[in-house]
Amino acid sequence: MAPGRNTGRDTGLTAKANQNVKDGDMEDGKRTGVHANGTGNGANVQNAADADRLVIAGDELGSRLIMGTGGAPSMHVLREALVASGTELTTVAMRRVDPAARGSVLDVLAGCGIRVLPNTAGCFTAGEAVLTAKLAREALGTSWVKLEVIADEQTLLPDPIELVEAAEQLVADGFTVLPYTNDDPVLARRLEQAGCAAVMPLGSPIGSGLGIRNPHNIELIVERAGVPVILDAGLGTASDAALAMELGCDAVLLATAVTRAQSPARMAAAMRYAVEAGRLARLAGRIPKRHHAQASSPFEGLATGG
Amino acid sequence: MNVIVNGEPRELPEGSSVTEAVAAVTASGAGVAAALNDEVVRRSAWDATTLREADRLEVLTAVQGG
Repeated sequence: MAPGRNTGRDTGLTAKANQNVKDGDMEDGKRTGVHANGTGNGANVQNAADADRLVIAGDELGSRLIMGTGGAPSMHVLREALVASGTELTTVAMRRVDPAARGSVLDVLAGCGIRVLPNTAGCFTAGEAVLTAKLAREALGTSWVKLEVIADEQTLLPDPIELVEAAEQLVADGFTVLPYTNDDPVLARRLEQAGCAAVMPLGSPIGSGLGIRNPHNIELIVERAGVPVILDAGLGTASDAALAMELGCDAVLLATAVTRAQSPARMAAAMRYAVEAGRLARLAGRIPKRHHAQASSPFEGLATGG
Repeated sequence: MNVIVNGEPRELPEGSSVTEAVAAVTASGAGVAAALNDEVVRRSAWDATTLREADRLEVLTAVQGG
């Protein structure tokens, strides 16, 4: 597993979390405090987790799980899933008004106290994406936008040329731009240099559930990024979300894995815990992988037979 | 006067405003934005902005997605 990224942000968080654990030990007065006193370290680790907030463009979010709303069979199911996910930021798409539409996704989000993140899904050119973002800002009163410029309907993969062009225009217009991007470290850096507030590399194609197909590239993006890295698209189940966080991502964004699961609310809860578990594991610092076994019990003092 | 609202031809009275054209496709103005010939029209300018023959108006809102 790679060391913390070169920005120092991750290192700082790790140091903070470890410091809290160490303080707990000292308060307990003995190194065995972890097990002897469940309220000691446990509470401090929880406090550290609570203080470990996602910060995007200066705004703090308590949850590192960003949800999408696409694919939910009903507003009722969507509401249950969003509540179970614990998310504080959720995407919507912008489309022509439908006079026959019943219920609004905006009402669901407002009722849950969830901040809305409009996207530019379905746009194929920078021009379309910029217009859609401007309409979203006017309609929803937010300058945040999940920038999505896709190349074709079959893969839904980002078009990197149009994406960078749109990002530059939107940043210049005062938007907080969160671009959905390929798992390409070079493109991620270009987007950051263009002024994007985060980069959101895909794990695999949208809605595919194939998980993270190139973990090494995600690690490279994390190592080099000076803005939050949000794993966006392709996640299928909880272990995928945990892996994203273990690789060092700051958050994950997912929709289909929850909204099209057999039990969306249950999967939403699974994703919530997976993101928290993966984040804690990242901050805790995993053991290095070894080729051979390493005994965890001492060899000294073994009973000898015969 | 014939205009295109959300891709559909519509006949509106001469000198109709964006406010009136939007009202033709949605009862609720909340969470809605409009673009006239690919330029966003700020809500505060809806009343004062009038449509002309063959104008294209897009009226969008948030839906499930992403």
